Amino acid sequence: MSRVLEVENLRVTFPGAGGRVAAVDGVSFGLSRGETLALVGESGCGKSLTSLSLLRLVPAPGRIEPGSTIRLGDADVLALEGEALRDIRGRRIGMIFQDPMTSLDPVFRVGDQIAEGIRAHFPVSKREARDRAVALLREVGIPDPAARADAFPHQLSGGMRQRVMIAIALAAEPEILIADEPTTALDVTVQAQILEVLDRLRAERGMAVLLITHDLGIVAGRADRVAVMYAGQIVEEATTTALFARPSHPYTQGLFGSIPRLDGPVERLHPIPGTVPSPAAWPSGCRFRPRCPHAFEPCVREPALRAVGPEQGMRCWLEGER
Amino acid sequence: MRGERDGAPLLSVTGLVKHYRGGALFARRGPPVRAVDGVSFEIGRGETLGLVGESGCGKSTVGRTLLRLQEPTAGRAVFDGADVFALDRAALRRLRRRMQIVFQDPYSSLNPRMRIGSAVAEGIEIHRLVPKAEIPARVAALLQEVGLDPAFARRYPHEFSGGQRQRIGIARALAVEPSFIVCDEPVSALDVSVQAQVLNLLADLQKQRGLSYLFIAHDLAVVRQVAHRVAVMYLGRIVETGSTEGLLAEPRHPYTVALLSAVPEPDPAGKKRRVVLPGDPLSPSAPPSGCPFHPRCFHPAKSERCRTELPQLRPVGATQVACHYAETTPARGTVV
Repeated sequence: MSRVLEVENLRVTFPGAGGRVAAVDGVSFGLSRGETLALVGESGCGKSLTSLSLLRLVPAPGRIEPGSTIRLGDADVLALEGEALRDIRGRRIGMIFQDPMTSLDPVFRVGDQIAEGIRAHFPVSKREARDRAVALLREVGIPDPAARADAFPHQLSGGMRQRVMIAIALAAEPEILIADEPTTALDVTVQAQILEVLDRLRAERGMAVLLITHDLGIVAGRADRVAVMYAGQIVEEATTTALFARPSHPYTQGLFGSIPRLDGPVERLHPIPGTVPSPAAWPSGCRFRPRCPHAFEPCVREPALRAVGPEQGMRCWLEGER
Repeated sequence: MRGERDGAPLLSVTGLVKHYRGGALFARRGPPVRAVDGVSFEIGRGETLGLVGESGCGKSTVGRTLLRLQEPTAGRAVFDGADVFALDRAALRRLRRRMQIVFQDPYSSLNPRMRIGSAVAEGIEIHRLVPKAEIPARVAALLQEVGLDPAFARRYPHEFSGGQRQRIGIARALAVEPSFIVCDEPVSALDVSVQAQVLNLLADLQKQRGLSYLFIAHDLAVVRQVAHRVAVMYLGRIVETGSTEGLLAEPRHPYTVALLSAVPEPDPAGKKRRVVLPGDPLSPSAPPSGCPFHPRCFHPAKSERCRTELPQLRPVGATQVACHYAETTPARGTVV
């Protein structure tokens, strides 16, 4: 598989009381054509900031620190300016968010919003853009697409709006689609539909998908690889099969222990004690140490990400096999 | 983990209906929004009934009408001998001591300018449960019971995380020593690790205090964790109900089958054969004729009868189910 994206040592900082605080701290990963990588973690772990960094959309006063690298094909994303940067945003990397209503313009018909995106990226006539918009609506599974193209966002259901957002993102034929909690606001039966659409489009178009989610259940059926984030760092990375067969990092194990299941006996859940600390309060050494059931002396020093299996790595001092 | 249950029902609901005036804002006419359209169930002492469904199915409205936060259009609810919908204000106030509610977003139910201690004490003061001098000790004990530091009593809501706020919401509900709590999506807004903490807390409290819960949720895996029995709602009606084990093992309503298969489970090996339902849930202002689920139904036996005749709940297999063809519903996992 050919690499389309390479992120190395990404650091994103915000001003804090005692100097700048890193909300994303040394994140590295790669993404190949046609692949789905899931970035999993709880609120505040830095997963959304990581994805915004790829588009250089980190909100001020946040800042991507020097020494971070983001390569999209031949392009050094962090060095781009003006037109070249716009060519990345929306064109080579598309993005969909949790709440489509906030990203759609309420006063324009959805077909026009898609067509506008097409004309921003391709030299086509209005009529052709409109035809392509209708074709895209069909592609994302909207019934009666020609009629729905004339609808305003508020006339559509949540699931339909998310399909429209996907259509807008696809209009520019991006190499990478970032899906940030794309189904969190949707009902489960609708969630299943949207995930099917994303998966089909990835396969048909050979797009790479970066799926940002807090839900390991979504990851199981959809992603090729998983990176688990905690406190601004990737603490475990593995193929989905390896991660689910043998979650190795204590935090990943904690996440699995917290999830109610539909099969097996009903047992008491094993939550992770405590709460996720804020970036200003991240402990020294291993950041999971205060909540970790296995913490021992070496944990006062920060562990590096190291291999614990052929397709698995983690940021922990423990031996892989437990 | 589910606690033990025993004996006669604490709450018995029959034919609950809640319609809202329909039409656009200021419009005089329009079909009523049939949010709840004839719902009946019972909850025993120490028992949890899980009420499951997707947004707009009416599950939250059921919870709110039971506490008369909204007035029902029709129906009857008997709580420990009291006819809930017929009570006058004074009697209702006494009843609210015994029935409480915990909301999805505890932040919106906490006054941002009121210290946590005062928020928890409010119910104790209103109902004069203990002498004034003993209130601080009572509040401290409650905070401790829900796993919070009693010193938090002096702080304000914004100083807490989502999980801590939900614990505060639970402490507030417990303050008046209720025997029944409506839990309306109590963990939906929480991170997974925190969600598990709150689910365990609710289970512990049930065991210690013999509480009954109406647990309203959209997530069947969460419901399985806490509920003894489950009722599945679709467009204002219960379409299937039964013991949690029976309903999950042998669902008979096609909607339950679809709902179960749509739950994303952390198990890549057993990538399920998913039923991906076509379309969106319909609006409760324009429910279809006949079976409310028929426009999205995938049952191979679906017929004209489904379009014209409303199916009633009847016992089939392990559950009560409202489907004309429940005997031949494709089993979970066998439908593509």
